[in-house]
Amino acid sequence: MAARSIWKGVLKIGTAKLSVKLYSAVQDHTVRFNVLEKRTMTPIKQHIVDPETDHEVPREEIRKGYAVDKGTFVLLDDRELEQFEPKASRDIDVVEFVSPDLLDHRWYERPYYLGPDGDEKNYFALADALAGTGKIGIARWVMRGKQYVGALTPNDGYLTLVTLRYAEEVLSAEEIAVPKGKAISQGELKMAEQLVDVLRGEFRPEEFKDDYRDRLMKFIETKGRGRKPRLKVVRSKPAATTDLMDKLTKSLKAAQKEKKVA
Amino acid sequence: MPRRATRKTESAEQQASSRGFWTGTITFGLVSVPVELVPANRSSHVGLRMLSEDGRPLQRRYYSQKTGRELEDDNLVKGYQVRKGKYVSVTEDEFERLAPEKSRDIALQRFVEVSEIPPLYFEHSFFLLPASESVRAYHLLAGAMEKTGQAGIATFVMRGKEYLVAIIAENGVLRAAILRFQDEVRSPKDVGLPARKEPAAASVRRFERIIRKKSRKSLPRDLMHDEQTLRLEQYARRKASRHKDVIKGKTAPEEGAEAVDIMSVLKKSLERAA
Repeated sequence: MAARSIWKGVLKIGTAKLSVKLYSAVQDHTVRFNVLEKRTMTPIKQHIVDPETDHEVPREEIRKGYAVDKGTFVLLDDRELEQFEPKASRDIDVVEFVSPDLLDHRWYERPYYLGPDGDEKNYFALADALAGTGKIGIARWVMRGKQYVGALTPNDGYLTLVTLRYAEEVLSAEEIAVPKGKAISQGELKMAEQLVDVLRGEFRPEEFKDDYRDRLMKFIETKGRGRKPRLKVVRSKPAATTDLMDKLTKSLKAAQKEKKVA
Repeated sequence: MPRRATRKTESAEQQASSRGFWTGTITFGLVSVPVELVPANRSSHVGLRMLSEDGRPLQRRYYSQKTGRELEDDNLVKGYQVRKGKYVSVTEDEFERLAPEKSRDIALQRFVEVSEIPPLYFEHSFFLLPASESVRAYHLLAGAMEKTGQAGIATFVMRGKEYLVAIIAENGVLRAAILRFQDEVRSPKDVGLPARKEPAAASVRRFERIIRKKSRKSLPRDLMHDEQTLRLEQYARRKASRHKDVIKGKTAPEEGAEAVDIMSVLKKSLERAA
């Protein structure tokens, strides 16, 4: 079934323009739940309450404040807040092109497909040009009242636009320090590297299934028919190993053996 | 937005990030490495709060539709709507017991080049920190993965949801990149994009020229910030320095309304692990 486009825009790359439609490239299969009152099994209501009076505060009486310090707020009214909203526009500005390894995966947030809106020839020409140069574009646009930064990337002859997190939203590994333990011996490291090598392969996402989701849906179905499905008791885990060399040797042997059989 | 506002559709990853740690085990052959997960992404948070007319921080509370009475956490349960108005409840204990013991482990059985994973698959990330008894095994795994440049692929169940992950080592730190499952990623055909038409070579060359002309050696970092939030904050601080519309409330913390400060959480965990 064909998906509906969620937005229309115009890619602007220097002097070139290209009309495109945006389609979500993902579909979330997460099982969604409602929060219910346990006793009545009905959905709950939520209210905004003044904790001092325990009374509900009507929407028109709610004021907005920016916390400049703990417990200190600067009041901002809607007119003041509006001036920070980005101006609506159809332009998707491609600011520059870079090598894809400048971006690491932690920036990626939500992917969209771009589809041609009229001009198919130039759409596929741009996709091929991006693939040919090995570059990705960095784009900025305003969609539904929000400013986005995204990566324009080729994907199997088509164009995708992946929204990127803002710099403030990505923690770098340098910000954390992991405690050092006793040094790892060269022998142990070599053995671990060999084990990685034996298990090396291609990324094949079709090999991994969400079994828990199936189990959960089956459970809900059974329970919904008034039956009480039986579930196992969860046991606690055994303690972690200390003799690394021994475990590595055994693991490597087992993995090599399995590889030969396969 | 106050965090409790998301409660109705709260997902496992939000729970993991808002309720502190999740402890799991990476297995690599027969070696097991207990680890703690902490979010590697933080939400860019506008420090806006809802206040009463005289400047008190407001709270979001939950009430029964039947009786109108306020509901505490132990009066709430998650329900799946099987048809209109009919729900099946699933308790936290049932969520737990639905996961077979083995499925809780992050079992690394396949290693791949990170660059081989398409951008469409990446969702969000966690840092993995060693539990105190696993520091050596942690460094061994991180060392071997970093040296070979490989990421370990696995699935595991965390708080009532199964995840596909790529475990990546960088600067001696392990990271879990949560990936989408294949059935959550659409193909151009799924979306209904038109069949490819071969473009004219001249058009491709024209775009290639433009791309080369606009190519740069670094990211436009100055354009990659959350300007809206930054400008709003600057405006609020200017106003505060002019003592305009400033309300000093009581310092009572607003329940659930504060943003999680990941760095202070991380520091605490490191002190414990050291």
